[in-house]
Amino acid sequence: MNGNGADFEPRIVGFLCNWCTYSAADTAGVSRMEQPANVDVVRVMCTGRVDPVFILKAFREGADGVIVSGCHPPGDCHYDSGNYKTFRRMPLVEALLQQYGIEKERFHWGWISGAEAPKWAQLVRDFTEQVRALGPLNWQRQYESKE
Amino acid sequence: MATLIINGQEVHAEDGQTILEVAKANGIEIPTLCYHPLLEPYGACRLCTVEIIRRGWSQLETSCTYPARDGIEVKTNSPPVIEARKAILGLFLSRCPNVPVIQDLARQYGVTEPPFPVKDPEEKCILCGMCVRTCHELVKADVLNFSEAGPERKVGPAFLEKTRQCIGCGACTIMCPTGAIEIVMERDAVYKEKPLGPTSAIWVPSMQAVPRVPVIDTDACIRFRQSDRTEGEIADACGVCQMICEADAVNFDQEDEVIELDVGAIVVATGFEMWDPGQLSQYSYGESPNIITGMEFERLSNAGGLTGGEILTAAGKKPERVAIIHCVGSRDHNAHPYCSRICCMYSLKQAHLVRDKTDAEVYDFYMDMRTVGKAYEEFYERIQKEGVTFVRGRGAEVEVLPGGKLRVKGEDANLGRMVHVDVDMVVLSTAIEAPHDADRVGSLFGLSRSEDGFFAEAHPKLRPVETNTEGVFLAGTAQGPKDVPDTVAHAGAAASMALALLDRGEVVISPQVAVVNEELCSACKTCISLCPYTAISFIEEDNVARVNEALCKGCGTCVAACPAGAIQGRHFTTQQIMAQIEGLFRLPGKQVEAEVPVAEVEGAAS
Repeated sequence: MNGNGADFEPRIVGFLCNWCTYSAADTAGVSRMEQPANVDVVRVMCTGRVDPVFILKAFREGADGVIVSGCHPPGDCHYDSGNYKTFRRMPLVEALLQQYGIEKERFHWGWISGAEAPKWAQLVRDFTEQVRALGPLNWQRQYESKE
Repeated sequence: MATLIINGQEVHAEDGQTILEVAKANGIEIPTLCYHPLLEPYGACRLCTVEIIRRGWSQLETSCTYPARDGIEVKTNSPPVIEARKAILGLFLSRCPNVPVIQDLARQYGVTEPPFPVKDPEEKCILCGMCVRTCHELVKADVLNFSEAGPERKVGPAFLEKTRQCIGCGACTIMCPTGAIEIVMERDAVYKEKPLGPTSAIWVPSMQAVPRVPVIDTDACIRFRQSDRTEGEIADACGVCQMICEADAVNFDQEDEVIELDVGAIVVATGFEMWDPGQLSQYSYGESPNIITGMEFERLSNAGGLTGGEILTAAGKKPERVAIIHCVGSRDHNAHPYCSRICCMYSLKQAHLVRDKTDAEVYDFYMDMRTVGKAYEEFYERIQKEGVTFVRGRGAEVEVLPGGKLRVKGEDANLGRMVHVDVDMVVLSTAIEAPHDADRVGSLFGLSRSEDGFFAEAHPKLRPVETNTEGVFLAGTAQGPKDVPDTVAHAGAAASMALALLDRGEVVISPQVAVVNEELCSACKTCISLCPYTAISFIEEDNVARVNEALCKGCGTCVAACPAGAIQGRHFTTQQIMAQIEGLFRLPGKQVEAEVPVAEVEGAAS
């Protein structure tokens, strides 16, 4: 896995909705905005599609942090109300992760519209540093050792 | 139908017409002061006196009140008539010696000096009653009336006191032939001073308006104001526009109506608004009537405008110096950071108009000259040759000097020092911005907006008129600042996209839809309440949920929520997303360990 200390490069998985944050991330890239390459993006049509299992799966596979980001409520959701479902689910996910012993700083959920490419780049920069400071999660190894 | 002779000419009159009306219809001039076609004839000024010969008898009568009877002969300029008018005008001139209309009329009849002693040289009222009749017959406010009798007779409101009955419509001042009535504003009400605003209650929004028809401003219209004020009791006030409209086109009952249409495509062309320069105090907008926006300059220089197209200051003088300030509200982090694209070109055009119509010096404060477009740079060169002084640097501040002159300060970046110029008129080239209710329009059509507030297109290069909502297209400045040629091209593209959609005759839907595995469905109905498109219905006889693929948009909310894992979103199946996540972490060649079946973990869902 990844090394420790200053060399440590966190692996972060982002579940982004196709219409808002995915297009913001796309614009940030096309606009050559400075951002670390630590976030791998999984595109979903709507954050309402993000099954909490996906987040657990990402951590289990070796992610050090997870981002879920979609359209601003109210009204920005391409599917009318998918972001409200995310709004309801994610606090439960937060609680669940803490029960699994995963620091809440490793999970971010929020809203970035298609027009907010700089906000996305800033989030990537900030969140990468936040996760870097926490060090590697190695959840899979912990998971296996407990089995 | 009557036949009579006027000045030896045989003319025909319809029933009920007066001699004056018949004469006017036949191009025979009779002087009048108290006559108006919209008011009942009154015969007060006696100036329209004519000689009428009936059954051999000659008599002098006012032509505005005398019916055009069959067989009579009328002389409008015979010696007795001239004498009578001389006497009348002599009386008027003695009462009102300094009213130009009366002076001119008297001079035409050879009366140059008041024949009787002048009581009050400032008197302007000839007691013709035009104002009284206007207030009674048209406005129906009944504010003005005559009081006292004989030499003391005068016109005014009851007891000559201020009254709430007066709505300040100003109709009496317009009708008064001698300019004896003035309107004094005690406070800004409907007529808040707007130097270049609309001029009356019925007006054409612009000379280029399509369709070019007038609209009634119900806040200023006498009829609507009287009706609103009296809660409908006075519902038939004024209506002058309706009376004089030969096409009978004025309809006071016409109201805004909501029309519901079923359509297959929508083009959003909601346009732009002008940024209000009052938001940044350094431009002193509103502190002097000579600080105007580019849009107001357009109205000023328009041949249909208040000055007939002449470029004049608020005092009615030709300006000697005019400053034009570019980038007001655009390229400014205190307002809009974007370039509003059209201002450089309209500023140059306005500089040209000032040079063309006046001898004024023009100072053009600009940061960068953005003349992008076919033949635009050539136009810029032409304006440079027309003697406009270009100052490279933002016009930083406009100061209203005590004498009313305006001082424009700014940095001349080419000279590297601060400069200022005192001018008579400042034109602010204000930015265009997204309409204030763009957020509401956006959520109505499911449109997202880009950072500048305009509606976002589906792709900045490849899909410039489409949006992320199927069947909704953007045209013109709704999408971003554009000049006229670009707007025309953009709108043409939007129209053809809409037509292509309609012409196909069938709707292509995305294959990314949800499907229910009916074997797994446990009939919990969780998905049904979650679907924002009511695309899932519960089939009672089969005891399963089923997705209508024509309604489903493929958001996947139901897929994530299904506790039984019975719904799959095509192209975004759980297996596909799981495989993506695995792909991120499992390097090629690395041993893939035995997978925990998905269904075991899915209990954690929703």
